[in-house]
Amino acid sequence: MRMKANPDDDTPAIVVEGLVNRFDDFAVHEGLDLTVRRGEILGVVGGSGTGKSVLMRSIIGLQQPEAGRITVLGRNLCGEGAETDLVVRERWGVLFQGGALFSTLSVGENVEVPIKQFHPELDPGLRAEIARYKVMLTGLPESAVQKYPSELSGGMKKRAGLARALALDPELLFLDEPTAGLDPIGAAKFDRLTRELQETLGLTVFLITHDLDTLYEICDRVAVIADKKIIAVGTIPELIATGHPWIEDYFNGPRGRTAHKAHMRGEA
Amino acid sequence: MQSAAQHSLIDDGAGGARLVLSGELTLARIGPLERELRAMEGPVAVIDLAEVEEIDTVGAYVVCRFASAHGSDIAGASPEAERLLAAVRDLETIGDNHPHRLPVWERVPYKLGEHVFNARSGVYGVIGFLGQILIGAANLLRHPSRFPLKALVHQMELVGVSALPIIGLMSFLIGIVIAQQGSVQLEQFGAEALTVNLVGRITLRELGVLMTAIMVAGRSGSAFAAQLGTMKLTEEIDAMRTIGISPIEVLVIPRILAATFMMILLGFYASVVAIVGGAVVGQFGLGIPFVTFLLRIQEVVPIHDLWVGLIKAPVFGLIVALAGCYNGLQVRSNSEEVGRRTTMAVVSAIFAVIVLDAFFAVFFTEVGWE
Repeated sequence: MRMKANPDDDTPAIVVEGLVNRFDDFAVHEGLDLTVRRGEILGVVGGSGTGKSVLMRSIIGLQQPEAGRITVLGRNLCGEGAETDLVVRERWGVLFQGGALFSTLSVGENVEVPIKQFHPELDPGLRAEIARYKVMLTGLPESAVQKYPSELSGGMKKRAGLARALALDPELLFLDEPTAGLDPIGAAKFDRLTRELQETLGLTVFLITHDLDTLYEICDRVAVIADKKIIAVGTIPELIATGHPWIEDYFNGPRGRTAHKAHMRGEA
Repeated sequence: MQSAAQHSLIDDGAGGARLVLSGELTLARIGPLERELRAMEGPVAVIDLAEVEEIDTVGAYVVCRFASAHGSDIAGASPEAERLLAAVRDLETIGDNHPHRLPVWERVPYKLGEHVFNARSGVYGVIGFLGQILIGAANLLRHPSRFPLKALVHQMELVGVSALPIIGLMSFLIGIVIAQQGSVQLEQFGAEALTVNLVGRITLRELGVLMTAIMVAGRSGSAFAAQLGTMKLTEEIDAMRTIGISPIEVLVIPRILAATFMMILLGFYASVVAIVGGAVVGQFGLGIPFVTFLLRIQEVVPIHDLWVGLIKAPVFGLIVALAGCYNGLQVRSNSEEVGRRTTMAVVSAIFAVIVLDAFFAVFFTEVGWE
């Protein structure tokens, strides 16, 4: 018996080759390459405006790149011979920065939307039950299921967004700054939740973040975007060993050092 | 490997029945199996998962639910499946995902009642807001150095000067339409020459100011509401208060003064342009020379028609600005509210302007300005 998201599959989850993105004359990406392995949590970092979100939007097909090849879960999505029918959408979940919940639907109904879209034949009763346990899986109280997004706090909205992203049992999860705007306790809880779900469900996670604690605590590898490319990918010690000035500043700045110390204390 | 989820029940007689599940227990394939399991009755001692090819949280959930309903044990699960089962076990999922919504026959009277209540508190709110403005104005009179002159001039430009092209175009076309359509009707009585009276009186007295007020409500009233509403959301207005700046003094009063004053000028301008539009029709359609048309206006339009328009204009401007600023400052919580309040500002301003215009029409006729 295997799980749907099979972490032992050794084809990479995402391969991006020679990606070029340009807005008018301003190039955001110029020949960007990146490989995400199955079953890992990959953190993507970079200064503001370096195109982290644009990279994610390119991978999930919200942004049409000027050139480059993108392969997700073995399916060619962009470049020569690309698929136009994105059946692979069923196999990934996306959490947008603000949660992006449908504001006219309750949390439970929000989670039901993707299930209804892809499996309309499913019994409505079972669909409602699935939606409810997904909501609770993300640690929201039962009472949240019937609430509208406007009645939730920022952290709860993110959890609800995560529940919707998990609705179809995806193999691949995209998280755009999941801990931004959360208090440190909420952020740490969200990190733990991400890790737990990743381990339980065998997910591959593509995670954009500015949160150094998140990077230290849950990311298997970190990719750094600078100068329109991925300049390095690896564990944090490996990145620091490259000696690139931006990476040095990032991890050895005062915040980086504090996060590192906290991480070391946690390990001990 | 695409196989539907299946089950078979083996009764070995010893310790009760044994349910063997096989195939893919995943969201895409579990539908039929789930219906069958739901209908199944009787005790099942063991659920055997050894022949399951693939399982996801939905499969694990269905298995767990069945196990707790029938008091069965789960056997043959791989370590991965065990993790999934552990994650979904003990989740309470009976309940309703839909928030409480009233059926339509209850909702309509409910909403109606709500509107009536809100209308009352809305009236109180507007009166309170007027009071705040009066206090703000009194403070500005006592400290003239605080007067936000720059903001006033800026708002006058936004409300007045930049509205000139669109209001000019609108009025010109209205003048043309009135003259052209009016002349067609008057021709039947051989009274074509009265087109001048029609255009001159109706634009100065009614349409010039009314249409301008509607345009200003759409252009500036909505802008006031959206601007102040967004400032409220981004806590700019709270920030002002903490520094000791009164938002009424620096944001509301300049907008109200600008709209009130510019409405007078815009209303007059609109009437004049509409008369020019009528004169153009006179020149080319009716054979009345342009200059003659304008001279006739002077003779046939009593001067009190001009006063009627000019008295109404600042009142309409005040209403438009009040509705915009009041609704903008009422914004709370989220961006949806900004849209709602902006709509409300424009709709209530136009509504109030048209109602008041009717009162003015009766009033001015009663006092003898016919």
